[in-house]
Amino acid sequence: MPALTHRRPSPEELLRQIEAEDHYRQRGKLKVFLGYASGVGKTFRMLNEGRRRKMRGEDVVIAMIQPSASAEDRELLEGLEEIPPSTRLGAPAIDVPAVLRRHPGVCLVDGLAYENPPGSKHPQRWQDVEELLDDGISVITSINLQFVKERQQEVEAIRGRSVKESVPEAFLRTADEIEIVDAPPEYCVTRAAAGVEGEAADPVQLGRQLSELREIALVLAAEVVDQQLELYLRRRGIEQVYGTHERILVCVTPRSNASLMIRRGRRQADRFHGDLHVVYVQQDGLSPADQKVLADNMVCAREASAHVEILQGEDPIDAILQFAARLGITQIFVGHSQQSGWLSRWRPNPLERLIMGAEGMDVRIFPHDESRHG
Amino acid sequence: MAEASVQQSGKLKVFLGYAPGVGKTYKMLDEAQHLKQQGHDVVVGYFESHGRQDTIALIEGLEVIPRKRVEYRGHSFDEMDTDAILARRPEICAVDEFAHTNVPGSPRAKRWEDVMVLIEAGINVLTTMNIQHLESLNDQMREITGIQVRETIPDWVVKQADDVVLIDLPPRALLNRLRRGVVYGTEKAERAMENFFKEQTLAALRELALRQTAHEVDVRQDDGLSSTLRAGPAAARAGPAPAAPEQRERILIHVTESPATAGLIRRGRRVADYLKADCFAVCVLPAGDSMALSTAASEAIEQHLDFARKLHIETRVLEGQDAAKALVDFARRNGVTQIFLARPLKRSIPLLWPKPTAMKIVDLAKDMQVTVVAEHRHTPAPA
Repeated sequence: MPALTHRRPSPEELLRQIEAEDHYRQRGKLKVFLGYASGVGKTFRMLNEGRRRKMRGEDVVIAMIQPSASAEDRELLEGLEEIPPSTRLGAPAIDVPAVLRRHPGVCLVDGLAYENPPGSKHPQRWQDVEELLDDGISVITSINLQFVKERQQEVEAIRGRSVKESVPEAFLRTADEIEIVDAPPEYCVTRAAAGVEGEAADPVQLGRQLSELREIALVLAAEVVDQQLELYLRRRGIEQVYGTHERILVCVTPRSNASLMIRRGRRQADRFHGDLHVVYVQQDGLSPADQKVLADNMVCAREASAHVEILQGEDPIDAILQFAARLGITQIFVGHSQQSGWLSRWRPNPLERLIMGAEGMDVRIFPHDESRHG
Repeated sequence: MAEASVQQSGKLKVFLGYAPGVGKTYKMLDEAQHLKQQGHDVVVGYFESHGRQDTIALIEGLEVIPRKRVEYRGHSFDEMDTDAILARRPEICAVDEFAHTNVPGSPRAKRWEDVMVLIEAGINVLTTMNIQHLESLNDQMREITGIQVRETIPDWVVKQADDVVLIDLPPRALLNRLRRGVVYGTEKAERAMENFFKEQTLAALRELALRQTAHEVDVRQDDGLSSTLRAGPAAARAGPAPAAPEQRERILIHVTESPATAGLIRRGRRVADYLKADCFAVCVLPAGDSMALSTAASEAIEQHLDFARKLHIETRVLEGQDAAKALVDFARRNGVTQIFLARPLKRSIPLLWPKPTAMKIVDLAKDMQVTVVAEHRHTPAPA
């Protein structure tokens, strides 16, 4: 398990951060309630937050509430100012000019993924929200996992149906705060039975589907939190990685049992909801046969959706260790070579050197013997 | 989990948070109120208000089982009255602070053991805990927070829960609550914010709690499955699923007297849980000569083996002159796929120092995988 390891941003990264910083300060704050299905209570939480902030003296208005909001939700609306949506072709959209004129401190927007009616300034509601944020208005909003663009393929595979609307994940990642609305699937199953979900399904199957969606939503939230944590640390010049996120680095050579190592790495990464990286260290004088093996390994790595990188360096062990420290790697997979390959060609005991040098990382050593796939 | 044989036992639901003040107790009592409104027989077995007004308001109308006063060394302590709850036999019981350690002299050392008794008696339990109380994260918690958490819950206990629900709150919102004096009094809050409640610490804990909940959800999906292959979210990410199920991993943890062993056991257990692997802990004692080991060393080994058993890891004691060889032979005979070792000490002059056992094991175990686990500032196994 990782100890605190160090990770240094490049000068370009620092410059980008400073530029982003200025923009960030003037922008309104975005808070997103993320749920994994309808019926977990996102709208309720959003309205409740709006109500509480109002009680604490913030200037809160509602810019968009779904007509389908439950009676429980409606109760929370009491006493909150609402800027009525504009309606075009019978479809509602945020009345952006009206909100900008009113310029509240905080604005509540339900159903972030909705599309605006044709002819609107922006085709999608999240773009309206972006305009409000750019104008310095803070926004509290809610979204259902199935509308997060990059996750849609996965969600569709589970639910067996697709939705048209979507919000890019990058936009969610600009949120200052993301809060997951978690509930065990029974809630949604019960609600679905009551017609909230609007679809009839076998409760067992629906429960399974919801559970899978719940897992994805939790991991998505964890990834956003991870990114925010990193940003926070960098903004303050704290060079620290907490190792909350497992990052697996598979180091291959022409001799290593790369396909097994990559398979195991993929499984480990999936089980830990982590990342997989595959590297090899560039070396001279490879035989054509070795080059072919390496090329095959890289194909194998890409098929496993690994991040692939070729490292340069006088000393392969140092190259690997530096790369690992820079990425905040928590587990290194290497092959155990007996006589050939860089591991033994360089100074004595290269494997021992790697083990001793891999500060805060687990090192998993794989046999080269193909006959036993442990 | 719900198996035919334990059809009588109650269900367990855990409200998991990442720090004090995120609203676990509130959420638990809120649910208790809802269940009561729906006509269920609900009692509160134990709750800790920490003087939080909105939490206290939620207890209204709920039956609270009076605590039991326990005397210990001239002081009196209030503990949950498990016997009284058993006698009352409610359908559902809310029990705050799952990780609590009972005062010495109580029938059971830990509150989670009391909860297990309630569940076995067929009572459904709602309970609360924070992520830092999870045993397998103990070393990481110390690194993140700088605090040694002593009240831990073995991971297998949490696995017994039918559901783990995350109580989420962004750190800044939590810090605001702290500043307003909602969580603790304002003076205590000041101190807390300098230590545990730093924004980056909270963010890291929150991320761990999110990931742990995702894992708990994941595990429960698989448990509910028959032998049919499932293409879950992970498989969907990775593309087409492999045609055949992967061979089950068998992890062997090398137990020694080294203080690094407790962390090694925690990490091994955690990896085994994530990989759904079998897990053993094995130590090798010098053959024949019982005097070869100091009293301190054999006590440390005994403590580590005991700790492993508490985490539901099967333990073995081997004898042999050559520890590395005995361990690897055992691993080979038992179909072990991965050996977990602590990182050896640095050899200042490699040629003069004897090769560390860890490196010998790496050399010998050419037919299996060896994981050398990252070093931590050593945290002891809880006694």
